[in-house]
Amino acid sequence: MNELVEKIGHCVESGKVDKVSPFPNSMQGQDGADELTRQALDAGVGPDEILLACNDAMERIGARFGRNEVFVPELLMAAKAMNAVMAHLKPFFQAGTVKAKGKFLLGTVAGDLHDIGKNLVSMVVEGNGWEVIDLGVDVKTAKFVDAIGKHPGCIVGLSALLTTTMANMAGTVKEIKTQFPATQVIVGGAPLTLKTAKEMGADAYAADPQGAVSFLNQTASV
Amino acid sequence: MKSLLTALQSGKVLISDGAWGTFLHERGLEPGECPELWNITRREDVLAIAQSYVDAGADMILTNSFGGSPFKLEHFGLADRTAELNEAAAAISREAAGPDRFVLGSIGPTGVMLMMGQVSENELYEGFKIQAGALKKGGADAIVVETMSALDEAACAVRAAKDAAGLEVVVTFTFEKTASGDFRTMMGVSPADMAKAMKEAGASIIGTNCGNGFENMIGIVEEIRKVDAVTPVLVHANAGKPVYQDGVTIFPETPEEMAGRTAALVKSGANIIGGCCGTGPAHIRAIAEAVRQLEF
Repeated sequence: MNELVEKIGHCVESGKVDKVSPFPNSMQGQDGADELTRQALDAGVGPDEILLACNDAMERIGARFGRNEVFVPELLMAAKAMNAVMAHLKPFFQAGTVKAKGKFLLGTVAGDLHDIGKNLVSMVVEGNGWEVIDLGVDVKTAKFVDAIGKHPGCIVGLSALLTTTMANMAGTVKEIKTQFPATQVIVGGAPLTLKTAKEMGADAYAADPQGAVSFLNQTASV
Repeated sequence: MKSLLTALQSGKVLISDGAWGTFLHERGLEPGECPELWNITRREDVLAIAQSYVDAGADMILTNSFGGSPFKLEHFGLADRTAELNEAAAAISREAAGPDRFVLGSIGPTGVMLMMGQVSENELYEGFKIQAGALKKGGADAIVVETMSALDEAACAVRAAKDAAGLEVVVTFTFEKTASGDFRTMMGVSPADMAKAMKEAGASIIGTNCGNGFENMIGIVEEIRKVDAVTPVLVHANAGKPVYQDGVTIFPETPEEMAGRTAALVKSGANIIGGCCGTGPAHIRAIAEAVRQLEF
């Protein structure tokens, strides 16, 4: 692997956004994801090669998060570094040189205003090479159904933090499955378990963002 | 104004209250509705919940203001009513508590993160100050900053509460048991980190709430006690981990089970014990009875 590409991957995994960013302490003053991506593209490195290295980096940090070796701050910083890379890669996506793995439609269910968990999933999934359509918080069933209609073939993710909104989640899953039986639905959030997810009729449950990525990648490769 | 620290000096274990949200929903609060608005529109219902915990034998009652920061109220277009809603929350609990019991003004997380630059420390501080000041005005004896996970936000809330209200501040964090068996908040904070940072920020009482039943709470209190043998510790435990069954959420721990673990929790070093999600007056009554038994 190109040395610059390797460094970019390291920056993403470590959450090193750019040169002035103070995080992580051990990399202060060094070039970050922003500078290194520019340098790599200027040196003629292919955008798909950079993207692949970053996808791997996000996968590594996501797995460490799943094992409780790192926590929300580290994951957020990694996603921020990933965003810095993506800003440089955006023109290549627009030109069609680089393609997303698929579309992931995501939102926190009706009645629930919590967005931290959903945002983490959104960032990690995007960092893994998916196009994420984030519908926000307190998303009513009709809004999910509308959006699925507009994005055929998407996979849907539902988030809930409150025990009281799990019932709304179940209702949303049911409606989506009625109107779009082929659409895959994955659910997650603090009060959920695999068992509750199955009872709701969801196709999968993810305990952490990396779990969502694994499901998406599996589904896409079928 | 009464002092929790003075009341704890005798070594007596005090009893706090249980869940509020569950009972607001039972009384008709819809998901997506602003709970704090009920302090105005459904005052009698909120008062009835506070009263149920007084009747159960709690020494202190919290307030219906957990989501009463301007950052949370903004979701409902109610940020400009922060002072009004919080003052009303404290007044309701004061009415139920009477002159002898404590009212603890509840302040929950804002949902915005300092480290991501979503908000400045100063904006956060000013928001907490309005909330804490209004809770005092409504009759709170102390402020409880609860369900925290990030040190920076919690420290900001503690400082703002002290500055605005000049009251004793209790601060509790929510920990989860990690794969390796340690306890950490979602931001990676350990019980020991929490104890040190919150004392520095000026908290009078520290502790833990939500996320766990009594069993894990005992482990968390032990971790706190390893680094701090002096500061009083408050525990608001869930009635176990929620289970979703046949379309309803059930918290599995019964009042008897919680009462059965009360002695162990006191032994681990807890000074104030109450409940969080899934607990009700029956749990509080059973815990209060278990504590009384200990005192013989």
